[in-house]
Amino acid sequence: MRLSNRQFNLLAVTALLAVLTHAARLPWWLTAVFLLIAPLRMISRSRGSKPISAWWRVPMVVALFAVIILHYGNFFGREPGSALACGLLMLKLLESERVRDARAALGFSAFVLMSALLGTQTIGFTLAVCASLIVLLASLNALQPAPLDPGRPLRGELRHGALLFGFGLPLAAAAFLFIPRLGSPLWGTPGGPQEARTGLSDNMSPGSMTELLVDDSPALRVTFTGAPPAPPSRYFRAIVLWDFDGRTWSREDGRPQRVLEPVVPLAAEVDYEITLEPTDRPWLVALDVPMEAPEQARMSKDRTLYGRNRVSQVRQYSVRSVLAYQLAPELEEFDRRRALQLPAGFNPETIALARSWRETDPRPESMVRRALDLIRDNFTYTLVAPPLGRNSVDEFLFDTRAGYCEHFSSAFVFLMRAAGIPARVVTGYQGGWWNVAGDYLLVRHSDAHAWAEVWLEGRGWVRVDPTAAVNPARIESGSSSAADQQGWFAGDWLLEIRNRLDLVNRLWTQTIVQFNALRQKSLLSPIGISEARQSDLLLALVITVVVVLLIATGWVLRPGKVRSVDKLDAAWQAFRQKIARHGYPAKPQEGPIAWLNRLKPQIGASNDRNRIEHIVRQYVQLRYAQSEPDARQVSILSGEIREFRLSGKLGPSENQAATDSGD
Amino acid sequence: MSADGAASLSWRQRLLAVAERRLPALTRLRAAESLPVILHRRRIYVLPTGFGIVFGILLVVMQLGALNYSNNPALLLTCLLAGAAWMSMFSGFRTLAGLELIGMNAADCHAGDAVAVHLLFAESRRARPALQVDWNGVHRAFAIHSGPSQGLTIPLPTRQRGWLRPGRLKLWTEQPLGLFVIWSWVNPDVSILVYPEVESNAPPLPKGTSNQGDRSTPGEGDDYSGLRDYRSGDPQRRIAWKASARHDTLLVRESESQVDDNVTLDYAALEGLDRESRIRRLTAWVLAADAAMISYALCVPGQVIGPGIGSRHRQRCLRMLALLPDAPQ
Repeated sequence: MRLSNRQFNLLAVTALLAVLTHAARLPWWLTAVFLLIAPLRMISRSRGSKPISAWWRVPMVVALFAVIILHYGNFFGREPGSALACGLLMLKLLESERVRDARAALGFSAFVLMSALLGTQTIGFTLAVCASLIVLLASLNALQPAPLDPGRPLRGELRHGALLFGFGLPLAAAAFLFIPRLGSPLWGTPGGPQEARTGLSDNMSPGSMTELLVDDSPALRVTFTGAPPAPPSRYFRAIVLWDFDGRTWSREDGRPQRVLEPVVPLAAEVDYEITLEPTDRPWLVALDVPMEAPEQARMSKDRTLYGRNRVSQVRQYSVRSVLAYQLAPELEEFDRRRALQLPAGFNPETIALARSWRETDPRPESMVRRALDLIRDNFTYTLVAPPLGRNSVDEFLFDTRAGYCEHFSSAFVFLMRAAGIPARVVTGYQGGWWNVAGDYLLVRHSDAHAWAEVWLEGRGWVRVDPTAAVNPARIESGSSSAADQQGWFAGDWLLEIRNRLDLVNRLWTQTIVQFNALRQKSLLSPIGISEARQSDLLLALVITVVVVLLIATGWVLRPGKVRSVDKLDAAWQAFRQKIARHGYPAKPQEGPIAWLNRLKPQIGASNDRNRIEHIVRQYVQLRYAQSEPDARQVSILSGEIREFRLSGKLGPSENQAATDSGD
Repeated sequence: MSADGAASLSWRQRLLAVAERRLPALTRLRAAESLPVILHRRRIYVLPTGFGIVFGILLVVMQLGALNYSNNPALLLTCLLAGAAWMSMFSGFRTLAGLELIGMNAADCHAGDAVAVHLLFAESRRARPALQVDWNGVHRAFAIHSGPSQGLTIPLPTRQRGWLRPGRLKLWTEQPLGLFVIWSWVNPDVSILVYPEVESNAPPLPKGTSNQGDRSTPGEGDDYSGLRDYRSGDPQRRIAWKASARHDTLLVRESESQVDDNVTLDYAALEGLDRESRIRRLTAWVLAADAAMISYALCVPGQVIGPGIGSRHRQRCLRMLALLPDAPQ
């Protein structure tokens, strides 16, 4: 049976929705082509055009594969996979002429919808994708023949879709909770070639952090066991950069090192848990100086954390840190040389300046103060920093004098090294927004920051933040107040709203996205199983599903009594039952009068006979003599029937039996 | 050994008895049953369709993918889809369960034509879209709305004259998603009388047997000899108004010429034709005589009907022809 235009249009809308969920990952021109194909085919079908022949379809398949190869180079990975799936879905749509094709296309749409969630897991997107399931179910329903309301079938189909979606919720919840999660993937590592995500990089050159600083998506959320630290001390270290080649700060790859820089705590440790958004990079973030690495993570020598694999899923870990400390009171000779290394032939003016400082006052503390004074008095903080050339530090210090954290930290560390003070650049996050309702700290990518650590005799590595010198607000109240160059759309009020709404995001991340094998294990603790094994979970799944199905079965099989809506009919039924109890039911083919005639000779008492006759006649009068029975009379009759009792018995009376035998 | 055999036999018998009792549509309902028939749970069967199986495999694959990438939103999506798919089975079951077939009637029909059989369903409390019926190779889709009883007409093909036992019909639905087929067999105990085939291009009616000499033209002679019931199509001026008023029913004057014009359709007179050909020709003649409003008598071996006229007479004649035994006695 050929699809009707209506069925096809609904199918096309479903396929379009599925493609739209991938739009962010496809090049715009491919999305445009996909989004044009479906409406064009809808129009051409409504004008009665024939099915598209294989002469057209085969070249289109070839073209799709060619375009993907030309644009991406292969078929693997998320983006080419998305493009391929969307393209094949559109081609399937073009050749869909029968119910069978439509079903295949709809099944494939479901797959495409699901694969869209492999890339983006935010709450809004997930809910939108799940809601489009209703449209998908409605188009499956539209393939059924004989709708109830042929004039407006869409309403019925959408209703069916929504109802099924709703009925499925308990089962879906049970399955979601109890399907055992895999400890390790069955195939492949999650990922393959990754799409570019913003996140901290393990090198820093002028301008490399701009993208990060304008990205206000959440980077991590922190919950503290005790009180949260004051805003100025919310420094989250991620990477320590030692090596400078004149333009770029970097670090040699972090091999596992047994010897860590020793740390002497000078204050109580802070206990906290971090939920890190996926970064596709291995390093983890910790507040200031962590005491030890969390599970499945290691610590590099300079006390930064990194995991075994890249963080491709939301990751949660607990750390203890100390905010007042002596880090590496003794500096190893190798590290000292590394922390003093400068590339030859770069930034001669800066080196000259540092030498002149050293000659006037060689104490490290005073040189640090002079550098900070210089920056405070002469520099401006801006995210729109002028570009820098070969001698980037010279140009920044003596010429442009405007920039943001990476310029300041880079110039400061260079100046210190030139002055003979061991120094290094540290990148990470600083600040964050304290969510009072959720009792957690939200740190956005725009809170990314770079600062310096200098090594001072007797004090170890000391944090110096030159950006704080030029722009104290940046450190006191966060990056948003510093970035006043941005337009109204990033104004405080909007960010405030978004910060508050982040509670929903966090709930979503915690309950849905982060629901992993570990969480699942504690799921059955309310019923006494603290460490649920997979078999326990499966048992729970089976039990819940069976219960839900039993309820559904009971609902389906509940006896469907046909209630007589008509009061007159109901009363008449009751009357017939009363008489039938005495052994004289009305035969199915018998009308009321015929029944009465058959009944009359059997009634012994005359008052019974009169009342029965009255009721039957009254019923016949009401039922058949007028098109609509008078409601008052109906209620009178039903009252009479309710009170009706036979005083005598029904049965052939003596004389009646005699006449019967006489016949 | 023999004891074992007896035991297993009794087990089998017991099993069969249980099946007989519990699953009437699988076993007992091969025998006809009288209407009305309610489709209750014991006679409704559910299986996944081919699409349902493929869809299930797709769901498993999607779920494995979501689990492999430990992607909970994707898993949630597949769970939602699976929940809806599973619940569609119950929704479909409800579409069919409680449907009650209360009556069946058929229009007149000659062998070779399709007989329009009207199925009447009892009043339904809920709407039932996308119902489908398969009966003798005829397929129809229909919807039952909530409310008073509704029907559906199915044209069944007929091949030969006589009683047609239409046999089992399958009421089924794939509502709402096409993932599950829900069906029930009904074998209503009804027989439909199929009149014999009408010979095409039959020769004209044989001459009347009486008054052959002075046959007046049939028609509107003024002198009438009798009254008969009004049939639709009779000219108004032939209605006997006074007589009608007396008898409380419309009566029509029959002209004398018609009464005289008495045709005998004789089976035995048709020599040189085989049995079925004779029956076909007699059928054609009965219809021709009825259409021309000529009184006719029908003689078949052992039976004579008429002479007479009118729809009841025609039906008696056609019925007799339809039920003539196959072989001459």
